[in-house]
Amino acid sequence: MKKRKERIDRGIKVRSEDIFALCSLREMLYLSAPRLLPILGFLVLPLILGIYWQKVLLSVAVFALLAISWDILAQSGMVSLGQALFFGMGAYSAGILNHYWGISPFISIPAATIMGGFICTVLLLPVLRLRGIYFAMVTLIIPLMLVRVIEATKIFGGTEGLHGLTPFPSKWLDLYIVVAALLVALFGLRRMMNSDYGLVLKAINDNDRSVMNAGINIYWFKIQILFISSSIGAFAGAFMTHVYMFVGMPVFALDYSILPIAAAVVGGPGSLAGATMGAVILVPLSEVLRGIGGLRIVFYGLFLVVFVVGLPEGIFHYIQRKYNQFERWVEVEK
Amino acid sequence: MIIGTIIYAVINSFILALMAIGFNLTFGISGVANFAYGALYVLAAYLSWIFLNLLGFPYIISAVISIISVMVLGALMYRFVLLRVRGQAISEVIATFGIGLAILELFRYLGFVGFEYTLPVFIDKSFFIAGTYVDMQRVLIVIVGLALIFLLSLFTHHTSLGLAFRGIAQDERTALTFGMDSDWIATLSVSFGAGLAAIAGTIIIPLGTISVGEGYDVLIKALAVCIIGGLGSTSGVIVASIVIGFAERFTDSYIGSHWTMTVSLAAILIVLVAKPSGLFGKQKELEERV
Repeated sequence: MKKRKERIDRGIKVRSEDIFALCSLREMLYLSAPRLLPILGFLVLPLILGIYWQKVLLSVAVFALLAISWDILAQSGMVSLGQALFFGMGAYSAGILNHYWGISPFISIPAATIMGGFICTVLLLPVLRLRGIYFAMVTLIIPLMLVRVIEATKIFGGTEGLHGLTPFPSKWLDLYIVVAALLVALFGLRRMMNSDYGLVLKAINDNDRSVMNAGINIYWFKIQILFISSSIGAFAGAFMTHVYMFVGMPVFALDYSILPIAAAVVGGPGSLAGATMGAVILVPLSEVLRGIGGLRIVFYGLFLVVFVVGLPEGIFHYIQRKYNQFERWVEVEK
Repeated sequence: MIIGTIIYAVINSFILALMAIGFNLTFGISGVANFAYGALYVLAAYLSWIFLNLLGFPYIISAVISIISVMVLGALMYRFVLLRVRGQAISEVIATFGIGLAILELFRYLGFVGFEYTLPVFIDKSFFIAGTYVDMQRVLIVIVGLALIFLLSLFTHHTSLGLAFRGIAQDERTALTFGMDSDWIATLSVSFGAGLAAIAGTIIIPLGTISVGEGYDVLIKALAVCIIGGLGSTSGVIVASIVIGFAERFTDSYIGSHWTMTVSLAAILIVLVAKPSGLFGKQKELEERV
């Protein structure tokens, strides 16, 4: 007796897709709970957590931003192995503005966001026509190269970095700034990816030739999305610079490239919520695993392999499916 | 001075060619960009070290065991990981990179860092060529490099397995109709690539120490050589290693050792921007890239 698995949409999903959603509290909750949960979570958590875990939440938000920035690039057909480039550019921009001209964080962060995004876009402009792993290789190489250049020329503090930058006036402020930025990026970009504009981006990922055929300049779209993505990364970098009050060569480290990719792959590539979810899972996990030291990165590596091979859709899509559908075994018809 | 620089540049070119040839073989045949390549290179050296110093095997036997075990690991990696994501280039890259990361960071965690982690040279001798001090290990690298390139071209052009390799590389579907098992050939190609990485590691590492950072550097150098030469082209690898090998050595002598790595990285960028198919790439590869 052969059986197969059948997946059927839950009744409440079908109903709540319709106007009836407005008539029942339960259906309204069904629709809004997945969206309200992260918002409430991120807004309330800072109030109830201790100082140590507040710092963890902060890095969750920063890595979630980086993972989101990785994911919108990946959704538009550009897979990057070097989120550290965006992060580092933003970090150095903010650090330089603050260190040499003493500009306050409230101006240097927005300025560094735009500057970092602009510099990264210009740097990657010549290789924008590369596809697949070739683009990935270039993004892997540039941050490594920049580290060597900084080391060799000793500019901007060289191996020492820039110390004593201005911190935020209050720890609540920095926590809520980054949480707000994360929520805005998450929901704003989700909306953007669902609009017609996002449709073009996804089409570039699926088949760039046919998008070109439709008379759309894919490079102009790629430039725009590269700017958006690298600005998000640069914001995360600029923000962290002022939190640590330090900027130096570690901002181009492999961690800032690997963890966002791991977060996006574990959480669910192709959805910004998945990327956020991945960061929410992985960063605290790595804090818990801090006791085992360097073995953490070994686990990241293995996580990547296990998820790419075993659960390529990621945790978010898996949960989403369970939330929307139920499964049952049925007999295969003869 | 100039002659010494040239001699060392030639040796450096052979080192680069040895580092890149396995990556190139794997990519050329199965299309898998093996980002665990640098990790396998370092793994072979660490395994040799463990067999030699902890288990007390003779050097030659421990080197052979480590090369064979890295080859087996490569085959297993293909069978259990890469086969499931075959054809999805990005998943392959992420998966192999994850494996490489796990191997390298495991050694870092286990504390395999320091100057005592080094392999002995094969023959402890040195002599002067044209007034330049050259040790036997570097001469061996040149000899092994030449021999491997020669044997590899003999293998791919004159043995049935080698011809099957090239058949799969040229057109997988047609090769399938001739009864060549593409999964098996791809397994072998990853395994051979891993083996070449291991041989390169075993023969090059005695020049310095075994370090985790070396794993990342080797990956980048292999990528640099392969991208510049045109991925999958053996003559491209040779020319590109000569170009980078000379460029690196001359930068080292006349500009400063800080800039050595930057040269190969910059070379990749310039080639990818100016001629994306690489110096010896073919049109087919161009389509994949642009």
